[in-house]
Amino acid sequence: MTALLNIQGLHIRAGDKPLVSDLSFSIRPGERIGLIGESGSGKSMTAMAATGLLPVSIGVSGSIELDSQQVVGATDSVMNRLRGAAAAVVFQEPLTALDPLMKIGRQIAEPVRRRLERESGKTSKDVVQREVRDLIDKVALPQPERIINSYPHEVSGGQRQRVAIAMALACRPKLLIADEPTTALDVTTQAEILKLLDQLVRETGMALLFISHDLPVVAQVVERVIVLKNGVAVEEGPVKAVFGNPQHDYTKTLVEAARLFDEALGATG
Amino acid sequence: MSPVETSVSRREQRHSLALTLGLALVGINLLVALLTLFWTPYDPLNASGGRLEAPSLLHWLGTDRLGRDLLTQLMIGARTALLVGTGAVAIGATVGVSLGVLAAFATRLADDVMAATLDILIAFPTLLLAMLVVAASDSASLWTAILALGLAISATVARLTRILAKRVLRQDYIVASRTSGTSWAGVVFRHVLPNIWPTLSVNFALQFGLAVIAEASLSYLGLGAPPPNASWGRLLQEAQGTVYTAPIGAIAPGIALVALVIGMNLLADGLRDIGDPTRGRSR
Ligand SMILES: Nc1ncnc2c1ncn2[C@@H]1O[C@H](COP(=O)(O)OP(=O)(O)O)[C@@H](O)[C@H]1O
Ligand SMILES: [Mg+2]
Repeated sequence: MTALLNIQGLHIRAGDKPLVSDLSFSIRPGERIGLIGESGSGKSMTAMAATGLLPVSIGVSGSIELDSQQVVGATDSVMNRLRGAAAAVVFQEPLTALDPLMKIGRQIAEPVRRRLERESGKTSKDVVQREVRDLIDKVALPQPERIINSYPHEVSGGQRQRVAIAMALACRPKLLIADEPTTALDVTTQAEILKLLDQLVRETGMALLFISHDLPVVAQVVERVIVLKNGVAVEEGPVKAVFGNPQHDYTKTLVEAARLFDEALGATG
Repeated sequence: MSPVETSVSRREQRHSLALTLGLALVGINLLVALLTLFWTPYDPLNASGGRLEAPSLLHWLGTDRLGRDLLTQLMIGARTALLVGTGAVAIGATVGVSLGVLAAFATRLADDVMAATLDILIAFPTLLLAMLVVAASDSASLWTAILALGLAISATVARLTRILAKRVLRQDYIVASRTSGTSWAGVVFRHVLPNIWPTLSVNFALQFGLAVIAEASLSYLGLGAPPPNASWGRLLQEAQGTVYTAPIGAIAPGIALVALVIGMNLLADGLRDIGDPTRGRSR
């Protein structure tokens, strides 16, 4: 089976400062991969490179094939057809990732409308509205009528992230990239969103690139992990193998830190 | 009621008062302007009484030095002011917003060139720029004045649009929207324009007021609307020699001018607050 996302020898740099060095990995359809590493290790840069949305000031070389289309050097119109259909992204901060002046119903309707136009060349308002309602149900948002007519600042952080997930689902992507989707949320909400993502990915069978600095979070939703440190992949393999028997010192520290954290919680709780 | 709620509702009351006053001032102006298309108290071009008559029941604001009814002149001036303000802002907004958005997307070099050009244009006083355009065209007409003021406004609007659009383009939701396949054109119409509109619209109102004042100044200098387009600026100019003997000739158009400009600003402020869904939160 050909890979959905195939990254080979990826280098990303800002001026002459390397941000990601010689990174290679691939994701097959339906596969769930975790990209972990501390803050600033180049995880978001890698995600943005995969959708061809790095800032113009950032240099990129190597090969990124998304759904068999070369992303490095691709024109904007080629990428616009690919974005959404091949991959959609959920971001860390749901408040800033939503347009503050657009009602939530319309924000979800936009990608729905675009996908329908792409698929069948025509759309009707009713069909779009019905899909928006379906999506709101799917991400378990309460009071659909109110949510549709609300602005982002009028709903809670967890609800905003559900909206962002609905917008990504609206694209029916083959690959969902989730860049620290629970980091900005409180612990209870974090668990809920994680459960929702896990359930949706299993239901739809889409592939998942889950980015996080939080090891236990990653372990819950993915099969395989790549450990990134200062833009270099230091370890890669199945979740159990990597976390059960870490080889690289950096991974060992991550595992140890997570274990200590768990113990501390166990001691107090 | 908590203190916070009280202050919010008080602020909303103040806003709605401003909006009502703005609506009233601009609305009266608009009604009068429309009325003059069908009816004026007297013939605007010919004498209907003695020279420089004081206000009376027949001539509510008296007559000018040619014996024409001043109220009639003032009413037609309202039409001219609205036409100039609307026309100049329409030109300025269309040209300015287009240029500003293009500049926001342009490459570094093109953007720098455009920014420098706009800075130079803006350094010219609006009035001077307008005088140059009017002088370059053979005859002074209302339309050359509108065009000249529109071009002057477009430079200011372009610069403002460029800065505002750049700020919006840096926001996370632009990248987020792009990841789902929104084209640059889609980004402009769905995100950039709606998000810069609240600030732009207030600026348009300000420019409207400045255009009305500038037209009055052009007319005052004899470069504005030629007769029979009575304008408040020309009324002021004509009243110059008789300001001590018949002060109403200068006071009336002066008040009309100030009232329209203030009304337009109040209206824009009020409309922005209604259109802003985040109002009522700390800003
Ligand atoms: N626009 C930019 N220009 C230059 N360097 C950047 C830019 N954005 C991020 N960086 C740097 O790139 C590195 C990787 O960032 P990022 O991929 O966001 O890390 P993370 O793993 O936390 O997602 C960081 O050191 C950051 O400072
Ligand atoms: Mg990041």
